Amino acid sequence: MSDRVTIVGASLAGVRTAKLLRRYDFDGAIALVGDEPHRPYDRPPLSKQLLAGRLEPEAIALEGDELYDSLDLHLGARAVGLDVATGAVDLDDGSRLVGDHVVVTTGAIPRRLPDQPQLAGVHVLRTLDDALRLRSELGEGRQAVIVGAGFIGMEVAATARGLGADVTVVEFLDTPLVRGLGPVLGAAIADVHRARGVTFHLGAAVRAIDGDDRVRSVELDDGTRLDADVVVVGIGVAPATGWLAGSGLTLDDGVVCDDHLRAGGGEGRVWAAGDVARWPSARYGQPLRIEHWTNATETAQVVARNLTGGDAVHDPVPYVWSDQYDLKIQVVGRVTDDERIEVAVGDLDELRFVATASRDGQLRGAVGVRWPRALLQFRMLLERGAGPDEVAQLAASLNA
Amino acid sequence: MKVEVDYERCDSNGLCMAACPEVFEVRDDGFLYVLQDEPAEELRPKVVEAADVCPTQAITVSD
Repeated sequence: MSDRVTIVGASLAGVRTAKLLRRYDFDGAIALVGDEPHRPYDRPPLSKQLLAGRLEPEAIALEGDELYDSLDLHLGARAVGLDVATGAVDLDDGSRLVGDHVVVTTGAIPRRLPDQPQLAGVHVLRTLDDALRLRSELGEGRQAVIVGAGFIGMEVAATARGLGADVTVVEFLDTPLVRGLGPVLGAAIADVHRARGVTFHLGAAVRAIDGDDRVRSVELDDGTRLDADVVVVGIGVAPATGWLAGSGLTLDDGVVCDDHLRAGGGEGRVWAAGDVARWPSARYGQPLRIEHWTNATETAQVVARNLTGGDAVHDPVPYVWSDQYDLKIQVVGRVTDDERIEVAVGDLDELRFVATASRDGQLRGAVGVRWPRALLQFRMLLERGAGPDEVAQLAASLNA
Repeated sequence: MKVEVDYERCDSNGLCMAACPEVFEVRDDGFLYVLQDEPAEELRPKVVEAADVCPTQAITVSD
């Protein structure tokens, strides 16, 4: 067993790796490096309860003193370089951490629009500080323009409506949430937003964001000008690998790992977990990089096991959820353009259903809205690779 | 071993039920029911797994 592990990135994947190393009786030193000044916290509430003001920062803390007292914690410090040969990590405060193993959990950073101006009132949403800044600017009658109709954009739209803001969503594609849910389900969720007063500009691109001392308007490529007090850009994230350039690790939209989440270095010195890790999925026959909460915990578990003498392989059925208004949307497995998506149980119009995503008759994923129990049953079929007969049988029993 | 659920935090994602259906059940009404709040010791690994996978960290396992 090694005696010193350096974990770079203090969000869920990094914190969970540290927690599980301790649970698996790793008794060496663990350094945990985070570039934010705050104690680690949980990100999903940032677009929902925390943004809505229903939760305060203390309520979203990840873990507590018991764990952090057992770590060498470096907060407010950014890693700027990694020497794969020696396992040395250089921080921007000039210090150098030397470990037998390094776990890369630096996550991802929000993408910005080309020429996105540095104007007051223009936001991205990734960190606690981002969320608190945005929260201070949302409220009754504020005109909010949200760029990007993915899960983050639509969660912010729902929260902003709840706060009384006027909400307009601009999306380059023709349907909101199309990447996560496909066009039919995405359109159904968009209708919920419309019924709550959200306005959409679909198939539209932003030409310019204009303002003076702060943002005033957003201009679309068809010439439409939208008044804006607040703009939120939610167009996805990119893996935070800039600090690893030149390290010798293989970088390709993430840190490329094997199925044990080893990224390279002598004797498996460097590992990766969370949003930043790309690994070959045997289940789906392709390399995957997944930005979900659950994947962060699962990858952390694999790395912690393998660092304590285990032989764990990462190959999960992915899971993600989104809460918008009173809708709980849950997605398991793969739901992409390549799958045939159809409602299997329940009713799309009543917004309580599970839709299956299949390819060549084989179940690959499922989307549930407001029906966690049914979604869970489909998830169990996915986990064991059940065939079409079993899927049909489950659907029939749930529809009965 | 004692299992407690903070229902203020619980969001009925249902992942606990996948990890340990002996203890956790999300019913068709969408709510989580704890079937036994002092489960037998041999269920500990599954109960701990259920607490780990909960996206709202609503489950506490003590002793």
